[in-house]
Amino acid sequence: MKDRSNIQLPSTAVPPDGGKHPRGMADLKEKISVRDLCFYYGESMALKHISLPIYEKTVTAFIGPSGCGKSTLLRTLNRMYDLYPKQRASGEVLLDGHNILAGGQDLNLLRARIGMVFQKPTPFPMSIYENIAFGIRLYEKISRAEMDERVEDALKRTALWDEVKDKLHSSGMSLSGGQQQRLCIARTIAVRPQVILLDEPTSALDPISTAKIEELIYQLKADYTIVIVTHNMQQAARVADFTAFMYLGELGEYGSTDQIFTKPKEKRTEDYITGRFG
Amino acid sequence: MSATQTSSRYKRRKVYHYLAMALAFIATGMGLLALAWILGTLLWKGFGSLSWDVFSQMTPPPGESGGLLNAIYGSLVQTILATLVGTPIGIAAGTYMAEYGRNTKLTTTVRFINDILLSAPSIVVGLFVYEIMVAPMGHFSAWAGVAALSILILPVVVRTTEDMLLLVPDSLREAASALGAPRYLVIRKVCYGAAKAGLMTGVLLAVARISGETAPLLFTSLNNQFWSTDMNAPMANLPVVIFQFALSPYPDWQKLAWVGALIITLTVLTLNILARTLISTRKQQN
Repeated sequence: MKDRSNIQLPSTAVPPDGGKHPRGMADLKEKISVRDLCFYYGESMALKHISLPIYEKTVTAFIGPSGCGKSTLLRTLNRMYDLYPKQRASGEVLLDGHNILAGGQDLNLLRARIGMVFQKPTPFPMSIYENIAFGIRLYEKISRAEMDERVEDALKRTALWDEVKDKLHSSGMSLSGGQQQRLCIARTIAVRPQVILLDEPTSALDPISTAKIEELIYQLKADYTIVIVTHNMQQAARVADFTAFMYLGELGEYGSTDQIFTKPKEKRTEDYITGRFG
Repeated sequence: MSATQTSSRYKRRKVYHYLAMALAFIATGMGLLALAWILGTLLWKGFGSLSWDVFSQMTPPPGESGGLLNAIYGSLVQTILATLVGTPIGIAAGTYMAEYGRNTKLTTTVRFINDILLSAPSIVVGLFVYEIMVAPMGHFSAWAGVAALSILILPVVVRTTEDMLLLVPDSLREAASALGAPRYLVIRKVCYGAAKAGLMTGVLLAVARISGETAPLLFTSLNNQFWSTDMNAPMANLPVVIFQFALSPYPDWQKLAWVGALIITLTVLTLNILARTLISTRKQQN
């Protein structure tokens, strides 16, 4: 584990895990370290001095009531906010020790390393095949045969292959909502990122599609670092290893999912989790 | 409130309802009647004089038989060239306004001026091109006609391009950016793809609009009684031929004017139907 002596972690940071996770805590490497992060929409401050670690090849969930800043926090991790002129962040977000908020960061390369899937499925207006090939082609020049393989592989990993293999060249929009969302995940993993950000990926989907995506998240954890924003607490409890509870732009509490859901240290966390507000 | 009061109010409302509906029907009927009358007369007179000669002979001197070949050719060439000039500029400007310069001062200004241009009388555009091209060159020319039509097609394309691109949800742009796609690829592959039908519709409607314009051509390419492919010389075109022939006292010319009007109307109708089909296929996709 990295030297964290100079990191301002919340008092509740990472309790001993007690062997409930597949790996012992000592094996975990910090993939992303958020340090003293503040975020502004114009003049208004949406994130207040957030610090937390995101461990490699684990699932970290951000939960909290509407408007608490969980999506904003997620969007700073791949600097999605840079598309909009009046949004800015201060503090540090270290990806493998390198501050991505610093000037001179190539945003396109950063986003190729940190993929993102959105709340509403967003298939591109092209064929299913092209939806996946689009991202790969941005950074790699590969043969037709290799491309076919990569597309097939991405679709198989998202359990979509059997459903679409006979209509790879029909429009991505012709799929159902759940299939579209899995296509978006396939498209994201096809460019081989290191981190995948999921912004309420199942909130527009039915329970069966949701279950499929949750299963997928569980499988993807073996290869990718995953951060998921969800307003569904059961979902966080089911898929996440670590959970951050956000409240009014602050990090309310951070810890292993077991600890947050069974013995939260803060009264607010407990109130939210037990459904007393939110 | 008593029951009788309610029912009398209800009755009064019903009377108003039928009255309003009747007025709406009459208004619609009057509009449709005028349209049917115009189209009916046009079809009747136009098809009555339509013959193969129209497409194989030049515009005749009074009293002789002839056709509209040189005018059809001139209209096609000038409309196509104007579309080729105006469309890329219009799409590029619309793309800037919707994608790069959203909410900037430049965009607001361009949009305002574009709206003025959109509703400016076409004769003003004709006069403008006359001043900057025809007068200095000393003669009417097909190039001047192309210039005038390009200026007319431009604002329509700018407007529809901006509108159609603004309809593309930002979530799609974000999704493409999130894969690491540079901005120009996001626009070219994703935004243009999503707005394709709308953009095509805009261009088709713009072409339909300029294919019937007379005033700007009167000041620029004027007319030519003979076959001419010289872009530096005056060139015949359907609208001006119709204008000249319809006002003439010669029955042969008047007949050809009807045929010319029929050809333009059918062309515009086809373009409009094509545009509508494109819009409806886009709706089905979403």
